[in-house]
Amino acid sequence: MNKIDLDSHLSEALTAIEAARDLESLKTLDTELLGKNSATTSAKKNLGELNPEERKVEGKRINEIRDQIQKEILDRKLILAEEENSLQLENERLDLTELDLGHRLGHRHVITQTWERLEDLFVGMGYTVAEGPEIEDEWHNFGALNFPLSHPARDMYDTLYVDYGEPQSTLLRTHTSPVQMRVMESQEPPIYSIMPGRVFRSDTADATHMPVFHQIEALVVDRGITFADLAGTLDAFTSAYFGKDFVTRLRPSYFPFTEPSAEFDIRRPDGTWLELAGCGMVHPNVLKAGGLDPEEWSGFAFGFGLDRLALMRHGIDDLRELFRNDHRFLSQF
Amino acid sequence: MKVLLTWLREFAPLEGTSEEIADQLSGLGLTVEDMTHIGGDLDGVVVAKVLDLRAHPDADRIQLVDVDSGDGEPLQICCGAFNMKVGDLVPLATLGTIMNNGMEIAKRKMRGQWSNGMLCAASEIGLGVDSEGIMLLDSSFEVGTPLKEALGIQEDVLFDLEVNPNRPDAMSIAGVARDLAALQGKKFSLPTPKEQESGESVNERLSVEILDPELCGRFVARILDDIEVGPSPSWVSNRLVALGMRPINNVVDASNYVMLELGQPSHTYDLDRVHGSGFKVRKAQEGEKITTLDGIERSLASSDGVVADADDVAIGIAGVMGGASTEIDQDTKTIALEMAWWDPISISATARRLGLRSEASSRFERGADPEIADLAMQRFAEILSSSGATLTPGTLDSRGDLPHRPPVRVRIERVNKMLGVNLSRKEISKLLESLEFKTSKSGENLDVEIPSFRFDSSEEIDVIEEIARLYGYSNIPRTVPMSALTGGLTERQTDRRIVKNTLVGLGIDEVMPVPFLAPGDLEAAGLKVDGITVTNPLVTEESVMRASLRPGLLKTLAYNASHRLTGLKLFELGHIYQHPLSEQPLPDEREHLGVVLAGGDAGSAVNVWSALADALALRDYELITVSPPGLHATRTAQIEVHGEVIGFVGEIAPSVLDAYEVSERVGWLEIDLDTALTISHGDKPYKSISRYPSSDIDLAFEVAEDVPAASVSSVLRASAGELLIDLRLFDVFRGHPVGENCRSLAYTLRFQATDRTLTDKEISEVRERCISAVEKELAASLRS
Repeated sequence: MNKIDLDSHLSEALTAIEAARDLESLKTLDTELLGKNSATTSAKKNLGELNPEERKVEGKRINEIRDQIQKEILDRKLILAEEENSLQLENERLDLTELDLGHRLGHRHVITQTWERLEDLFVGMGYTVAEGPEIEDEWHNFGALNFPLSHPARDMYDTLYVDYGEPQSTLLRTHTSPVQMRVMESQEPPIYSIMPGRVFRSDTADATHMPVFHQIEALVVDRGITFADLAGTLDAFTSAYFGKDFVTRLRPSYFPFTEPSAEFDIRRPDGTWLELAGCGMVHPNVLKAGGLDPEEWSGFAFGFGLDRLALMRHGIDDLRELFRNDHRFLSQF
Repeated sequence: MKVLLTWLREFAPLEGTSEEIADQLSGLGLTVEDMTHIGGDLDGVVVAKVLDLRAHPDADRIQLVDVDSGDGEPLQICCGAFNMKVGDLVPLATLGTIMNNGMEIAKRKMRGQWSNGMLCAASEIGLGVDSEGIMLLDSSFEVGTPLKEALGIQEDVLFDLEVNPNRPDAMSIAGVARDLAALQGKKFSLPTPKEQESGESVNERLSVEILDPELCGRFVARILDDIEVGPSPSWVSNRLVALGMRPINNVVDASNYVMLELGQPSHTYDLDRVHGSGFKVRKAQEGEKITTLDGIERSLASSDGVVADADDVAIGIAGVMGGASTEIDQDTKTIALEMAWWDPISISATARRLGLRSEASSRFERGADPEIADLAMQRFAEILSSSGATLTPGTLDSRGDLPHRPPVRVRIERVNKMLGVNLSRKEISKLLESLEFKTSKSGENLDVEIPSFRFDSSEEIDVIEEIARLYGYSNIPRTVPMSALTGGLTERQTDRRIVKNTLVGLGIDEVMPVPFLAPGDLEAAGLKVDGITVTNPLVTEESVMRASLRPGLLKTLAYNASHRLTGLKLFELGHIYQHPLSEQPLPDEREHLGVVLAGGDAGSAVNVWSALADALALRDYELITVSPPGLHATRTAQIEVHGEVIGFVGEIAPSVLDAYEVSERVGWLEIDLDTALTISHGDKPYKSISRYPSSDIDLAFEVAEDVPAASVSSVLRASAGELLIDLRLFDVFRGHPVGENCRSLAYTLRFQATDRTLTDKEISEVRERCISAVEKELAASLRS
């Protein structure tokens, strides 16, 4: 192959490369132009027929042409790859807003959400979570909690009784406090426990009452526990749950199972007070009923409505909504 | 308990604005539920006389009233009440009056007729609860007088207090004043009326016999002569009205006034009607009859206390309600006045049994002051003396068994240890003395005499509470005890969260239906169980405790469907209750999980279960086809783990869906978590992952319909042995060319060894083993 051949070969090759419309034909060209049977390869083979001087010049020339072809193929390949990629992307174009069918997870009930939030908070303060039966005996719900038989304080609770054992011996627990007794019966102090649970009262359902609702109770029994500890713990809880903007207040109150007893109020940032919890020092008779010596151990307890915290958090104005289970309600939280 | 500020100030020179006093009351444990300024809202309201009543030409519900508001001129008012007649005196809110709801009275047209003011109901001007009709005034009032002047009402503040059961003393104005005085450091004093006595002594005219000393701790009786029954002076009736009591007559009003003021309830008898002029105090005979003041004949129980006359006929239910036979009326000339101390438990039981909770019984129930009767009698006589009544000499004072109240030893160290404060004996003594708890030194400590008006207090801890109350809860420091323990959730509590989070992740919403069912609900769900029932339900529809979560979930689906919310996937995790098979202290109470998939089928329920089993690492379960009642007979399986039944998965029976008016197919899953979660699950030891290549083979069998796929899988597993690391049913096919009553089940089996690459020969051997086992053991053949 002479020099002119090479030049025209190059220009033909470049034209062909330029004309390649896809990677497939470019690959064929690559073989044609640079492969074993290509013009340049055979030209190289024929170099031996030339004298050394010509061979040197011609060889160099062939290599230059091959390099150039190779480079052109590579460049062309990049362009074609980019084109093909764009084409694929264009062909696969989707309108994602059309595909958003609003698939959703299920939702934990707002009571569960509040319940778990409270559990986590107290666990962080070193408490365990205790549970007890919802159908209780009279002793755990009242007797052990220092409600003497026919004591008017029992009237504060509209108790629902069930057909089990002696009449009025078995009831739907009216508060979570019987779990205090069950904890004292089952473990030695120190006790740092909360007791969330479902409770029952003979209340007609309205915006603020349900015959079924939920409470959470805390019990601490240890050596040297004081009323100041109760007050401080309630403060710590309030700032952790509600934030620092809430002021707290304790007012004297009465519960048979605590003495001194108190109501725990918090003041909202808007200045209004909310009665949050009943609390007090565990009554010596309750410690005795739990098998503990009130001279050695002292403790505090507090309890409050869990549902109301759920209502407050979400601005729900009707307690009944929590138990109606309307999907339009459930799926909001 | 309602109290008036002016009344409180009769006992102590209390200071502070009404808001400050309200705060102090709350701080003392007498929570102010409501505070009302009274009298102030009467400005602009005058006494007016009805001159004429006419129908409104264009309205039925209002009439036109002409009144004289003092100038003699008829003034037309539109009024929605019809209870007055011409000549009546009524309160008129004149133009410009601002009512207590903030509304200003202006001249306005009502249906085309002018109204020049408003006639008022008692409730509209803070004079009681009566909102039925216009308030009718005493005919002696002068027309045109400001109402406030006519009624002799002074401006005052009314506090409505919540009084706890442990505060018998605070059921009186005097008791509330004592607390406030102690807090403010002011002197508190009770009145000391001393009425002139004349006439024949009580000893000659009346006898008292306490036959049941436990029932009656003290019975004091006196006689008042020259009674003229009539209305009370306005200073008495105004205060009664303010505190929510209706004035009746001067005798009843005096009794109520003294009760409100000093906390001592009393009962008055028309002495001339008391047979034999004697009182016998005893327990009732079972079934003994008495007609009470309200005219109702009541049958008594042997636990009720009665006051009987000398003939032993019951003439009153002790401490609860008097009898009609000795009631005061217009002709009464002489009264016997009873002030007693009744056993709180007996009164409470009787009042509850008869549904007769009264102002009196609520005081006796808490334990009234047994020592206030003498003063209260004098006070009663003083109030009634303005109508000419005279107190006769002598007092019959009989005592039964009053509780023995020895001094209480209060340890100073104990006080400080309990409250977390550091008070000296002197400080503690001062606090207690201001509440009339008498203290005396006893070594390091104090001996404390509990005052007679604090029946609730009898132990050291009661006294500690009083110290804390008066010291002020807000003055007690705040500390946080350090738990030496590690907090945390139990395994069950963690599992419960896993269950909820998994189901939520599967798009299932959590619900909380109430656990009460109506009779028949369980049966309608196909459940024959011995359910627990509520013996005193509010309504029958809520009288059965659920023995399954099924009825509640189906009702929830039906409720939602009635609001066009269908295709719902819901779960509930909660307790179910049943009568146990053998005797035990409490009913069977178990924690269950129930899932309903509306519009879903058994397959979707199985998928929920397998995901849940994976989440709980409870993998070794078996599904065994069963037909339990209430569930779809041909689409239900029992879930077993190591031979223990932990629940059911499938669909709700169509008949049950009909009964609950659910029109969609419903996939169902129920798990007894108390069983399932006590089976070992969760963490498992690590199995090393093979580095050698795995090989897959596919096998399709034609299997008879009555052979469960699970059987094919288990035969495949057993015969493939340890080399089988994964088995998947990838296709189920029915129809040609598969035979009748058969289907094709196609499996992919993946084999891998931990120590070598499996050879073709090994694979083919295990393949043959699998095929022949399935063909031999089950009604199945390999499809080619």
